[in-house]
Amino acid sequence: MSEAQIECRDLWKIYGKRSDEAMKAVLTEGLSKDEVRDRFGCVLGVRNASFSVSKGEIFCIMGLSGSGKSTLVRHVNRLIEPTSGEIHVAGRRVDTMAEDALRQLRAETIGMVFQHMALWPHRTLGENVGFGLEVRGVALPERRKSAEAALAAMELSGWIDHYPDQLSGGMQQRVGLARALAADPEILLMDEPFSALDPLIRRQLQDQFLNLSTHMDKTTLFITHDLDEAIRMGDHIAIMNDGEIVQIGTPEEIVTNPVDDYVADFVKGISRVSLVRAETIMEPMNGRAHTPKHVRTDAELGEIIDNFMDDQSPVTVVDPEKAPVGLITIKAALTALRG
Amino acid sequence: MDLWNIFDTEWIPVGTWVESALQWVVVNFRFIFQAIKVPFDLVLTALEDGLTQAPDLLVLAIIILIAWQAGGRKLGLIAAACMTAIGLMGAWEESMTTLSIVLTCVVFCSLIGIPLGVIAAKRDRFWMVLQPLLDLMQTIPSFVYLVPIVMLFSIGNVSGVIVTFIYALPPVVRLTNLGIRQVRPDMVEAARAFGASNRQTLYKVELPLAMPTIMAGVNQTIMMALSMVVVSSMISVTGLGQMVLRGIGRLDMGLATVGGLGIVFLAIVIDRVSQSFGTSSRARNHQKWYETGPVGAVRTLVRK
Ligand SMILES: Nc1ncnc2c1ncn2[C@@H]1O[C@H](COP(=O)(O)OP(=O)(O)OP(=O)(O)O)[C@@H](O)[C@H]1O
Ligand SMILES: [Mg+2]
Repeated sequence: MSEAQIECRDLWKIYGKRSDEAMKAVLTEGLSKDEVRDRFGCVLGVRNASFSVSKGEIFCIMGLSGSGKSTLVRHVNRLIEPTSGEIHVAGRRVDTMAEDALRQLRAETIGMVFQHMALWPHRTLGENVGFGLEVRGVALPERRKSAEAALAAMELSGWIDHYPDQLSGGMQQRVGLARALAADPEILLMDEPFSALDPLIRRQLQDQFLNLSTHMDKTTLFITHDLDEAIRMGDHIAIMNDGEIVQIGTPEEIVTNPVDDYVADFVKGISRVSLVRAETIMEPMNGRAHTPKHVRTDAELGEIIDNFMDDQSPVTVVDPEKAPVGLITIKAALTALRG
Repeated sequence: MDLWNIFDTEWIPVGTWVESALQWVVVNFRFIFQAIKVPFDLVLTALEDGLTQAPDLLVLAIIILIAWQAGGRKLGLIAAACMTAIGLMGAWEESMTTLSIVLTCVVFCSLIGIPLGVIAAKRDRFWMVLQPLLDLMQTIPSFVYLVPIVMLFSIGNVSGVIVTFIYALPPVVRLTNLGIRQVRPDMVEAARAFGASNRQTLYKVELPLAMPTIMAGVNQTIMMALSMVVVSSMISVTGLGQMVLRGIGRLDMGLATVGGLGIVFLAIVIDRVSQSFGTSSRARNHQKWYETGPVGAVRTLVRK
């Protein structure tokens, strides 16, 4: 894929002194995470992960606590050195990059938001947001101007000379977002940015971010442990378990087609009403007559069910040219709803 | 030989060895130690000349202003009371000498101790080597190294500063190390994620966040330096310590008390002032230091 903005190939990370030994043993004997820990005292952080994120999309990574999500994203700007594997960002290879080039990449191309905000308490919001520019040697007036703009985009104008501890949690996380956006990077790494917030503010920030990202065409790697959030935000979702990516797909694919019990467990409680589309549940026409009721191929399950309210005969699915392509019976619709 | 009392004989002559080793160092390397004295001498002389030759009341006023600036009006008043008491007791000159020795010591302890602490925080192996050395410096009774210090550096105030320096250095190193290690890792990670180099991370994030702990170390160092005042007067260091020592020697309770009280008052002032330097602006409602105290007052006056 040539337009991949972030691409990782066969990425491994084993924490600990004896990581090379452990790596060999894992490759030859296929040890599990616990076996690696007991035999080598090393922690298997990421196991053979490959994924690619194309330009402009939001790619969610989700999994239980300790499944290696944070470890995985930190490889993209190489805050963590991989044990083996390749990382490509914006067409450049990161894992072999020299220190200077790497710093420039971090400052100009990649913005990052942290789970616990990680705002520096001794710096004003302006100084926090302008930090990336400051370390690149940009002059103060210019720094301040972009900090003002970034804060304004997060509806925080007027707070520039205040300190982080004078703000509420939601405001602080918006500052974290403003800091990541200040240098106008192409890529955003977000490590559970909204997890520490209460549901109402979380929803509001999700909307604000979605709105922003559709306007600004950023490529985002978004970590969350909340599937609802992943489905709301993500164009694609990768599910991690014990350091391994077990499934990558669109929200619909993940929900309708979980590869194993671990993923199935995740998606159990998820409402399918707005996820499942007509084309995935329709049956072939097979010469059956088409009924007066019809929906488009991309109609959501909710809309299909509405069609069964008054009369329970099958619904015809039509393509954009209005030609019938399939049928949906009430049984198929209800099965899809139940999952 | 009496086998039952073999320890009557000195089998391992440690004393003789140390003595000849020291002699050898003194004969061959004295110039090195004399060179080490030079920077201590320069700073000490400048401070001492400044403090003793300036008019007493001017110095008093400056001390009060500094205390007020550092810790507010209340600390200004405490400083005024303590320093005036010292002056009225007739120990002003001596206290200025002691103050300059302590300040010189703090300058060098900070100049050397803070970088050492930073390196120790970054390199575990260096810290492992440094730690026992610091323990040694703090636990060897200071009397023990008075003799070699005198032989290498001769007697006088500068040697006093060096003895005090050795004794008072460990806390600032320890607490700098601790302070840097205690900085929240995600603060450092965030700095790196936005492209900061190691040096920028240190100066812009780690040192400022560790500053309260480092200042606690400096404060400890000052207190240790003050506690050496009497001991170091045994190698003819002048000042309040000598008043105490002479008082003891002559069984002159009055003199010893004046010296002792002088040390206590001086310690109170220095301790409080250095502690207030350590409180971050976060703890003071985010007011910058120049927005408070006398400087703040002058600034608002000038603006009007
Ligand atoms: N610096 C480290 N040294 C050793 N092991 C580590 C280190 N950081 C993480 N690990 C281990 O790597 C594994 C993955 O951790 P990681 O922080 O990536 O999980 P996570 O999916 O982000 O979890 P959470 O949702 O709790 O943030 C864990 O088993 C953890 O113990
Ligand atoms: Mg994490």
